[in-house]
Amino acid sequence: MDKVQNNKAWFLVLPVLVLVAFSAVIPLMTVVNYSVQDTFGNNVFFWEGLGWFQEVLTSKQVHSAFGRQLMFSGIILAIQIPLGIAIALCMPKKGFWASVCLVLMALPLLVPWNVVGTIWQILGRADIGLLGYVLDALNINFNYSRNAIHAWIIVVTMDVWHWTSLVALLAYAGLQSIPQAYYQAAKIDQASRWKVFRYIELPKMQGVLLIAILLRFMDSFMIYTEPFVVTGGGPGTATSFLSIDLVKLALGQFDLGPAAAFSIMYFLVILLVSWVFYTVMTNLDKAEGR
Amino acid sequence: MAQITLDNLAHSYLPNPKGEEDYALKQLDHVWGDGEAYALLGASGCGKSTLLNIISGLLVPSRGRILFGDRDVTREDTVARNIAQVFQFPVVYDTMTVGDNLAFPLRNRGMDAGYIAARVQKIASMIGMEEVLKRKARGLTADAKQKISLGRGMVREDVNAILFDEPLTVIDPHMKWELRTQLKALHNEFGHTMIYVTHDQTEALTFADKVVVMHDGRVVQLGTPEELFDTPEHTFVGYFIGSPGMNLIEAEVSGNIALCAGHKVALGGSYKAPSGRVQIGIRPEFVSLASGDEGLPVTIKRVEDVGRHQILRAEFAGKPVNAILPEGMAVPADANRLKFLPERIGVYADDWRVTPLHAVATPEREAV
Repeated sequence: MDKVQNNKAWFLVLPVLVLVAFSAVIPLMTVVNYSVQDTFGNNVFFWEGLGWFQEVLTSKQVHSAFGRQLMFSGIILAIQIPLGIAIALCMPKKGFWASVCLVLMALPLLVPWNVVGTIWQILGRADIGLLGYVLDALNINFNYSRNAIHAWIIVVTMDVWHWTSLVALLAYAGLQSIPQAYYQAAKIDQASRWKVFRYIELPKMQGVLLIAILLRFMDSFMIYTEPFVVTGGGPGTATSFLSIDLVKLALGQFDLGPAAAFSIMYFLVILLVSWVFYTVMTNLDKAEGR
Repeated sequence: MAQITLDNLAHSYLPNPKGEEDYALKQLDHVWGDGEAYALLGASGCGKSTLLNIISGLLVPSRGRILFGDRDVTREDTVARNIAQVFQFPVVYDTMTVGDNLAFPLRNRGMDAGYIAARVQKIASMIGMEEVLKRKARGLTADAKQKISLGRGMVREDVNAILFDEPLTVIDPHMKWELRTQLKALHNEFGHTMIYVTHDQTEALTFADKVVVMHDGRVVQLGTPEELFDTPEHTFVGYFIGSPGMNLIEAEVSGNIALCAGHKVALGGSYKAPSGRVQIGIRPEFVSLASGDEGLPVTIKRVEDVGRHQILRAEFAGKPVNAILPEGMAVPADANRLKFLPERIGVYADDWRVTPLHAVATPEREAV
């Protein structure tokens, strides 16, 4: 068969190219541009090489923010994944209450980030917030703006409240797709409830859980708005995560060079970790098949 | 092991069944003898799987009782009943090895490790999977998975019964035959009560001592393969069993004569005029070709050579009639009539067989 050669067809791709260029490539290139240059104002730039990268890589402040970030992502994954699975297991499988549960579960996901922050900021206050007031009445001195541990508790709790639903809904979808025959066979084989979970439900949920872990990792690693609204990164730098630090650097101090180098490495870390997650889990899958 | 009694059983999937048609399983009284192999035969959706799930305890019947021996187990769960069941589509535990899959039911019952290992070896050799015992079950082909399911069904020796729900649907034809033989051997060796659901008559007739035919939520006949062939109790049994199935022709019956669209057919016995929709049934094996003015006038449509014999497809009064002719027999050009062997004709009123007034020269039947 003869293939028709018509290179004019390439023009059809042009709109997409232009769109992607403006939405992604050009802004990213500006960042790359800043990361290797320095300026003393007046829009005059000169070549800096990898200096900013070296500075950021050796900065103690960035190191500790990175550590806090890893700890935050670790904690919320360790809470949200098991909790989400547990909630999904408890949800009714069908009928009126299943729909009610689904809607209720979806609600926190629909609340905008800064609203979530505001809700918890107020909720935790001892003077006007319900939670803070109750804790105060119980003689627990809860103050997230002074005590670093309290700040962590409120930020983690807020994230769990906001995002566990996502894990639960994904896990629920995974559970719903398991054919009834598996449960019947397990009953015939006299498997205990734990074994049904361990050998049927968990393996069948593996795919959706992989997606849940990836999404939750990426999102939590990039978290900004909620802790910014609740604690502003404080007390001190206790809840200053990477993005909060970055914004301080870029917009607070207007250190565009280091901020650009920081952003690029931040982006690469997320890309790398996600890629590692994905490869490890898909390879596990294949290895088991052999 | 014990005999299984179904007492006044019925099941509906609706919470408040009203009429007869709401029941997936209609009134059923039946005894499954201890240590016998039964085939449960019927078209898809006739209630076979429902019945099986009720016996194994996956479903609680809307009405009636199930007894194992003298023990009422209606409300007991599958663990208490200790029954093995193999499903139509393979169910394997993906993350376990083949060997762990086979050992699973035994481990769940807390059996001794040495016994489990020996038993797994035995079953693995039976299903031909000794080499892959250490392999993960994930990624095996559908028929390998189904063999594992079968193996898991057979691994426990102390079960009260083994139920098979169309287990060979996804298996290769030659493997099908082999596994069926294995099941039969297993039955001879251990004498478990086995109930084998299928809609394939060859499978049913080769596997079982007794065949139970279900139709529309009811057991229409229980009998040996010969009984089902010779004296079908219901028109469904007539046309479901046999290839091609029984010919059924609308008729008016009085005494020992049937009148089919104005043509007389001699019957092997005499009947009190039955009421309702009356039909006569004759298996194609007992129909022969004739010419002249004896027998029913038919239009011959075609002849199919199936190897061991030929099938003659004809039409009488607009309805198909089949006959089986010997291998190599040429159909005469003037053949235009079909003759029926009188003692092989059955009479059916509203689909149920009518017993003739005098004994007829057909084999004795066991009462259902």
